[in-house]
Amino acid sequence: MALTGLFLCLFLVVHLAGNLQLLLPKETAVIQFNLYSRILSGNYFIKVISWLLFLSIVLHSIYALIITIKNRKASGSAYAYDRRKVVSSWSSRNMGLLGSIILIFLVIHLKDFWYQYSFGTLPLDDEGNKDLFSIVVSAYGRLWYVILNIVAFMALGYHLLHGFYSAFKTLGVYPSKLSRGLYYLGIGFTLIITTGFIIIPVFVYLNYHT
Amino acid sequence: MKLYLKIWRQLNPDADGKLVDYELNGVEEDMSFLEMLDYLNEKLITKDEMPVEFDHDCREGICGTCGLFINGRAHGPLAGTTTCQLHMRSFADGDTIYIEPFRGGAFQVIRDLKVDRSSMDRILQAGGFISTSVGDAPEANTTPITHAEAESAFDSAACIGCGACVATCKNGSAALFTAAKIAHLAKLPQGKPEAKQRVVNMVTQMDQEGFGHCSNTHACQVECPQEISVANIDRMNWEYNRARLLK
Ligand code: HEM
Ligand code: FES
Repeated sequence: MALTGLFLCLFLVVHLAGNLQLLLPKETAVIQFNLYSRILSGNYFIKVISWLLFLSIVLHSIYALIITIKNRKASGSAYAYDRRKVVSSWSSRNMGLLGSIILIFLVIHLKDFWYQYSFGTLPLDDEGNKDLFSIVVSAYGRLWYVILNIVAFMALGYHLLHGFYSAFKTLGVYPSKLSRGLYYLGIGFTLIITTGFIIIPVFVYLNYHT
Repeated sequence: MKLYLKIWRQLNPDADGKLVDYELNGVEEDMSFLEMLDYLNEKLITKDEMPVEFDHDCREGICGTCGLFINGRAHGPLAGTTTCQLHMRSFADGDTIYIEPFRGGAFQVIRDLKVDRSSMDRILQAGGFISTSVGDAPEANTTPITHAEAESAFDSAACIGCGACVATCKNGSAALFTAAKIAHLAKLPQGKPEAKQRVVNMVTQMDQEGFGHCSNTHACQVECPQEISVANIDRMNWEYNRARLLK
């Protein structure tokens, strides 16, 4: 759980860095983003990584399901009066729900971009590269789609707020200073990743569609 | 003061239980929570009703036998306090108080508020000890241990095994208890030789008993009457992962 989770976190950094190119001025962004996409999809190392990512998502989800079922059973009968929510964070109690939202989003997201790019027929840009840029720009022209993305990124944010720190605890990072440091690093990481991903659809919508 | 109690009554492990309402007059602020229940029981007995059964022993906050789920919280509203050390001054006249047994898949209600927590004993039996006979106390300075190490081991050893960590955990996990028992030995030279088998055996036993998987919500640390830190769980995970990888 922790290893697949952290691997996915690492992926988020790379993915965000690449996607931020969408924020560049239009002429540069078209060329650069499409070139970047071509290089990624043609690289064998990246191919291996992307299969590892799929595998991680599958393993992470299966393990999440197993643990959630096991924990439901282990929690015993319900209390008639339950105030336990005051002693732990909301995100830590709702990892399954948050993860499920992320999973649903991932399916939609992969279908719209990865599947399109890999198996669909795309127009070409001036350099002769597949024009993923325009696909992204037109996808984010729909307000409901932008909102769906924001909701998913918020879910991801809350998932990370607990998950990033929790993963290191599961691995057994026990020295107290290091543990505190990772707690703050987790908050910083979450803020950067979440805002970063949210800015992109919002920017594209405002810049190209209003 | 006058209280409105809602107490879980259950005849035996297999029976269906339910909350039963009691109105109790004349409760004094200085009574401990358990004395308040004693007082209720005296009244019930004189009325020829079955008294409410609950666990208790030292009533000094050191044995870990007591443990009630009070108003939706393990050991009630105060931090760092066992049920027996909670006093009625923490409540007000006219309050309604819900009193339920500690729950968890690896716990079983025996009757009313009494809970079979022997699953925790079996975790200890799986390795929470040093298997050599130590004889008389040796000369203290033959085993150098820094003050900080000794204090830290003692902080872990302070766990009284009450089960509040399990009762408050949404996963019914005994990670804090098991971790404290592993860590206090892992932190001292005496515990080192058997550290690997100990952590593997105790964690395996914990799983077999039906306790849940720790997902680091840290509710246990908040409710622990001994304020045992979740850093113990990190330490247990470290010891466990290391023992598994370096087998
Ligand atoms: C980009 C996507 C994702 C990332 C970066 C991510 C990251 C993480 C991390 C770091 C953890 C903490 C692991 C630990 O405490 O040991 C975690 C836990 C968890 N994840 Fe994810 N996750 C992602 C997607 C998902 C999905 C799709 C699901 C569900 C279908 C999911 C369900 C869960 C659950 C239930 C937990 C809690 C496990 C526990 O209670 O210990 N996650 N995730
Ligand atoms: S009765 Fe011993 S700790 Fe409460």
